[in-house]
Amino acid sequence: MEMRITLRVDGAQHEVTVDTRTTLLDALRDRIGNYSPKKGCDHGQCGSCTVLVDDRRVTSCLSLAVAQDSRDVVTAAGLSDEGLHPVQQAFVDTDAFQCGYCTPGQVCSVVGMLDEAGQGAPSHVTEDLDAEVELTDEEIRERMSGNLCRCAAYPNIVAAIRQVRDSAPADREGARP
Amino acid sequence: MRPFRYERPEDTDAAVALLSEHDGARPLAGGTNLVDLMKLGVATPDVVVDVSRLPLDTVDPLDGGGARIGANVRNADLAAHPLIRRDYPVLSRALLSAASPQLRNLATTGGNLLQRTRCVYFQDVTTPCNKREPGSGCSAIGGYTRYHAVFGHSDDCIATHPSDMAVALAVLDATVVALGPGGERRIPAADFHRLPGDRPHLDTVLERDELVVAVELPPPVTGAVSTYRKVRDRASFAFALVSVAAHLEIDDDEVITGVRIACGGVAHKPWRAARAEELLTGRAASTAAFAEAADAELADATPVEGAEFKVPLLRRTIIAVLRDLAAEATGGRAGITGEEGPR
Ligand SMILES: Cc1cc2nc3c(=O)[nH]c(=O)nc-3n(C[C@H](O)[C@H](O)[C@H](O)COP(=O)(O)OP(=O)(O)OC[C@H]3O[C@@H](n4cnc5c(N)ncnc54)[C@H](O)[C@@H]3O)c2cc1C
Ligand code: SF4
Ligand code: FES
Ligand code: FES
Repeated sequence: MEMRITLRVDGAQHEVTVDTRTTLLDALRDRIGNYSPKKGCDHGQCGSCTVLVDDRRVTSCLSLAVAQDSRDVVTAAGLSDEGLHPVQQAFVDTDAFQCGYCTPGQVCSVVGMLDEAGQGAPSHVTEDLDAEVELTDEEIRERMSGNLCRCAAYPNIVAAIRQVRDSAPADREGARP
Repeated sequence: MRPFRYERPEDTDAAVALLSEHDGARPLAGGTNLVDLMKLGVATPDVVVDVSRLPLDTVDPLDGGGARIGANVRNADLAAHPLIRRDYPVLSRALLSAASPQLRNLATTGGNLLQRTRCVYFQDVTTPCNKREPGSGCSAIGGYTRYHAVFGHSDDCIATHPSDMAVALAVLDATVVALGPGGERRIPAADFHRLPGDRPHLDTVLERDELVVAVELPPPVTGAVSTYRKVRDRASFAFALVSVAAHLEIDDDEVITGVRIACGGVAHKPWRAARAEELLTGRAASTAAFAEAADAELADATPVEGAEFKVPLLRRTIIAVLRDLAAEATGGRAGITGEEGPR
């Protein structure tokens, strides 16, 4: 069964007709031609397909495209406007990727994670559920545990996130289309 | 994936009507389990009823205390909700231990309760499985059973229920609110999931045309402490080998006046440790008492071959969780961290 849906992707409006079986990930890559999100496991286990839907990080491989009709999707490619987004810049500065396959998902995940932490959301390793969130290395690791990197660039990914954490909040906002 | 019709009903009644009109209709919420199983060919709905935009997405305080959680509240939002963090920390902790942040942003309260087992044979359509295809046999018996049952299993199925949230709901004495063609029905969370018996394809007591609309929590008990501990193969982003949710009330004389314990990863449903609870009620809190209670509960354990390691693991986890809670409740006073006592 085919359905016509609208997706706003990285600031641009797209009307596409998709088979109801199409996932958001496949719609982005195969129908819209946005190859930023990567297909790793296709089962929610690796995080390489992470995008921001209505500003929240999600795995796009487990969402049906039809269920995302009229939503706002931002991929790692859409985060940069003129220069690189501060999170992307930090990945470059700290050498946080090797093959780069997991990187777009990592980058979207970091943007979503900083937002969640900024809103005071606790994590599994937060000792006091009522205390203010402090992004220690342990917190960063736990909050990024949904993104696997087969090249194991983890130490530098943590360093990249530390760099963004320590930058002024104004710089952190970055370019959101 | 098999072709299907996609419907997005306007309200809950329309959703229930779609479910009762079509035998092959299934609700879709976050999709993190249903879409996964559709890709694997395990779930083959003809009609997918997208309930994710129905306005069941708030946590509301109830008159007289307690809270009503809409079925569409995301696991991430529920874990972070101020009321849940303050009054029901066991629920926040259980949710935060589950899946990954990206998945918790999609996963919903209703979908989490209805998620299917992670038994690898259930997920592999090339192998026999009574849960997937009644009467075809159980491939797990004699196979890979690290994640399989210790309590309440049958010759037809030895799988465990994977939800962490459900284990917390079992100690909270929560109620699941379901809407069917005949109206609303209330089911105690502890009775929501079923043991396999000879019908393992039925995970819960929910009818096929019923929708979970909410979960209700009773008022919190003043002075009670609660927590959730999950033991797994890696530090994060893995299902439980065993887990323990516990709620403890201790009076000024360090006597246990209220205790509720539920275990995850060991049965087809969250396993309420009723014998341990009975043994502990009215007794002075001590590590020896906790050990005795754990032993009493585990005396009946019948771990399947390959899951024997879970018995000592669960024993230690129960003791550790109760000991830590008792220390928290009494401000770390002595008497609680004493010897473990008999095995
Ligand atoms: C890689 C991975 C790791 C995970 N790790 C964990 C973990 O450690 N612990 C854990 O607890 N969970 C874990 N999960 C499971 C995850 O929590 C569930 O998939 C999720 O909670 C399901 O919610 P959903 O809204 O996405 O449900 P969906 O996938 O949309 O639906 C799941 C089932 O519920 C039914 N359903 C949905 N809403 C309703 C409703 N309102 N009424 C009646 N039926 C309904 C659907 O028909 C379907 O059968 C993991 C999942 C993945 C993919
Ligand atoms: S344990 Fe249950 S779910 Fe697993 S193969 Fe056997 S019948 Fe199927
Ligand atoms: S491709 Fe989506 S999580 Fe792996
Ligand atoms: S950089 Fe290669 S997978 Fe992460």
